[in-house]
Amino acid sequence: MKENRLQWCIGGAQGSGVDTSANIFSRACAEGGLWVAGKREYYSNIKGEHSYFVVRVSDTMVEAMLEGIDILATFDEETVARHFDEVRKGGAIIYDPSLSQKKTDDIHTLDARIKLELAERFRQEGGVTIKTLLDDAAARGVNVYPVPYGTLLNSISSRTGERRQAILGRMVNVLAVSASFWLLHYDLDELNSSIEHVFGGRKKLSEPNKVAAAVAYEYMKGNFKESAEYRLRKVEKKEKRMLLNGNQAIALGKLASGLRFQTYYPITPAADESMYLEKFERFSMNDSDEKGNLMVVQTEDEISAITMAIGGALSGARSSTCTSGPGFSLMAEGIGWAGINEVPVVITDYQRAGPSTGMPTRHEQGDLKFALYGGHGDFPKIVLASGDLEESFYDANHAFNFAERYQLPVIHIVDKAMANTTMTLPYFDPARMNIDRGLFLGDGTPFVIEEGKEYERFKITENGISPRVPIGTPGGIFWNTGDEHTELGHITEDPILRDRMMDKRMGKLDLALKEIPEDEQFHYYGQENPDLLVVSWGSTKGSILEAMGKLEGKKIGFLQIRLIRPFPSEAVTRIIKSAGRVAVMEMNYVGQLADIMAEYTGHLAEYRIVKFNGRPITVDEAYRSMKQIVEGKSEKRVVLTYGA
Amino acid sequence: MALKLADMRTEVHNDWCPGCGDFGILSAVQMALADMGLNREDSVVVSGIGCSAKLVHYTNVTGIHTLHGRPLPFATGVKLANPHLNVVVVGGDGDGLGIGAGHFVNGGRRNVDMLYIIHDNGVYGLTKGQASPTLKLGEQTKSLVYPNITSSINPLVLAMACGYTFVARGYSFNVQHLKKLIREGIEHNGSAFIDVLQPCPTYNDINSKEWYNGEDRAEENSGKALPRVYSIEADGYDGHVDTAKGRDSEKVMLEAMRRAVEWGDRIPIGVFYSNDEIPTYEERMHHRVPEYMDVPPAKQRISDNRKKPIADITPFMDELGV
Ligand SMILES: Cc1ncc(C[n+]2csc(CCOP(=O)(O)OP(=O)(O)O)c2C)c(N)n1
Ligand code: SF4
Ligand SMILES: [Mg+2]
Repeated sequence: MKENRLQWCIGGAQGSGVDTSANIFSRACAEGGLWVAGKREYYSNIKGEHSYFVVRVSDTMVEAMLEGIDILATFDEETVARHFDEVRKGGAIIYDPSLSQKKTDDIHTLDARIKLELAERFRQEGGVTIKTLLDDAAARGVNVYPVPYGTLLNSISSRTGERRQAILGRMVNVLAVSASFWLLHYDLDELNSSIEHVFGGRKKLSEPNKVAAAVAYEYMKGNFKESAEYRLRKVEKKEKRMLLNGNQAIALGKLASGLRFQTYYPITPAADESMYLEKFERFSMNDSDEKGNLMVVQTEDEISAITMAIGGALSGARSSTCTSGPGFSLMAEGIGWAGINEVPVVITDYQRAGPSTGMPTRHEQGDLKFALYGGHGDFPKIVLASGDLEESFYDANHAFNFAERYQLPVIHIVDKAMANTTMTLPYFDPARMNIDRGLFLGDGTPFVIEEGKEYERFKITENGISPRVPIGTPGGIFWNTGDEHTELGHITEDPILRDRMMDKRMGKLDLALKEIPEDEQFHYYGQENPDLLVVSWGSTKGSILEAMGKLEGKKIGFLQIRLIRPFPSEAVTRIIKSAGRVAVMEMNYVGQLADIMAEYTGHLAEYRIVKFNGRPITVDEAYRSMKQIVEGKSEKRVVLTYGA
Repeated sequence: MALKLADMRTEVHNDWCPGCGDFGILSAVQMALADMGLNREDSVVVSGIGCSAKLVHYTNVTGIHTLHGRPLPFATGVKLANPHLNVVVVGGDGDGLGIGAGHFVNGGRRNVDMLYIIHDNGVYGLTKGQASPTLKLGEQTKSLVYPNITSSINPLVLAMACGYTFVARGYSFNVQHLKKLIREGIEHNGSAFIDVLQPCPTYNDINSKEWYNGEDRAEENSGKALPRVYSIEADGYDGHVDTAKGRDSEKVMLEAMRRAVEWGDRIPIGVFYSNDEIPTYEERMHHRVPEYMDVPPAKQRISDNRKKPIADITPFMDELGV
């Protein structure tokens, strides 16, 4: 019996309520003290294409996903066709028996490649029936549970008086969740409370859905034997927790850090951050009864988004924008302008599978080189990569602090997997943040300039940082230009001044590397002098850490690089030298971090473990690839391919 | 203390070509700012890229010389984060109506309270005279290998269609008139747009000062030049919307558009359309967020004296609580 550890999956056509079901399921588990991490996979489509949600439940905190499904809840044929093979022996599939005779060839949204593979495997003309697939799963030891949704909807209809098909049809979601919970011996009360929360206390919606939950629960009880394989049981919660996704974590981090001006142009998967921030248009303050306000502007394009955010920063507001691949490309020129004009602005890049439109709703870590090198000419910028949702909250503050302290653009680089992971986390603690505005003289700091002197915005100073005032400061008139400029900010092409200004700006990167605490530059996990050193960045962190745990007894170290520009060359070199084999694991084709590491350390990693099929690296993939290297059986370049 | 014109000048060497119409625009901007009695630090001039955009370095208020085509979004950010600033945007016709046309269109929709001046010289001055979006179809200015193969934009009609609430045209060699327009544009509550006819003696040999002044055609008897440029106000035209008095925006705008397409022998300058009945972006925001004008984004405290965050995110975490 597996208790409190499993992966549950629900799938269906986009727009049919898959997200709501997953939300209800996750919340019911989380309210019962369990930890969840849910991964959402969907097409760039609004209605009709297949989407699915895998929720991992555990009694300890989880953030990465495993391969395989324990309980698969379906209400359409496509979900069975796509996922039946993933269900483990002893696991369960809940399905609608009225779909048994449906054939895979008739599923319009199923990829031709999958149809062909199934047809060849099961040798059936005109497509494989759902029954064939279920029989195959059953033969492997999967328990299949036919749940006649139509009949159950009829009984809901007679109990509630609801006759509208459009409304009843949506309740299959709750039927599937409730049937799953019965299988798992989980309390109906927890489910009911979750339903109430998800429907926002709207009784018209929550009451009939509670009836649906009861109907499914009773049906299961009356028709099947309880599963002996799995069980979910409430556990005690020791601290206050939230259920949130990556967009929300970063938005909260930004608000706490003092963000007051955000611009954006809609793009998946970044836009949810801005739309969530819009809710904070007015907010309370800790230390007074005044209300704070945050302005979010939807612009006409990403060029406008970045340049408008820079404008906000010039006026003195902590400003940022967020975007994904295509929008990030459009921002390149603006970011360069912020670089030469030493403007603190934060760009949150939610990477998704590129190039071009790529796979807009799928995951990748393919923007790293562009984040580092994008834009013409040499200018300083900081690139900061968070490894999980909790880090991303606090990193939002680091990003603003670095931006203001070193007066430059900061790219906070995260990704689709983080944006669309919904997980339980303890409450964040904003008191752990410090707000460092550097040499900003706009927050009441007295501003004096010597008699007869003009304020020099780009004054050459010992450490390269010049006092900064917001536009509108008495005595603080200044000029900015994207041209090379004098200390006053006027255009110059003087070769000597050019050299000085380049040194001033670029020198700030060295300063940053000297001042930023090591813990914000990288995290090192595992044993010293490892036989295998895995180097990575971003959201691969969870899978690598968990895989390391499973490789107990092996001497493995994990270096998670967080500050990628300026690159902590010395520390990374030192760690590489202490290790035996070195492997870089990341979600892109070429191994971008591996290249960058070679550039900055002169060390070419022996192994590159890459993945670029749009689905995040699983714990199992990390485990297998690390094990192969440790056992000396690995290729030098390994391409990981798991995922539906 | 009232500022003098001299206070508005910087010591930066001006590198425009002799006889360039940009000088007149610079003087008019400086005179308007000096006249208005604002403190120098209250104003900011934001420019794009082009000959025109260098204006900010010659003007002694904060000047932000941005990217080609992007002065509007930069300026919008400056203004929305601190709505108390007086924001003036300047740029070329290529800058605003070519590469930056998307911002031009959407700027009108927002109606942020600022003034946008386009130096309309029919060419891309700084890149040596290619056709700009205002050069007429079939015209062949000095640098063009063939006559212009694309049609032109009418900036005034476009501005009205986009939602600018003050639309005017000036002429860079009528500095006093232009100064008045600029002042009116700054004082207008909302997005004001002024298209300034700006001869570029180096590259535009068609729409030259002599041409605007009608020196190619003379009155028969006196032999005096017959200027093409004339003031619509002097002609009895009034472009102000006043719905209560029966002059609603549609009526005024249609009339304004009719006047705006006039070109050739008679070229009108003046205020074509002015409408202060439409709330600005800032007013719309203030309506939603009552604190916005008092403590706009740029004026907020973000930390306490121990440098700790002061935005209370607990209620938002509670909403996500399980
Ligand atoms: C993105 C980009 N593309 C091209 C240029 C080159 N460029 C500089 S000025 C200019 C045209 C300027 O014409 P206009 O905006 O009409 O200004 P003018 O010089 O006529 O005042 C161009 C194309 C640039 N600076 N940036
Ligand atoms: S090229 Fe034309 S617009 Fe540019 S400075 Fe010379 S005359 Fe003026
Ligand atoms: Mg021009």
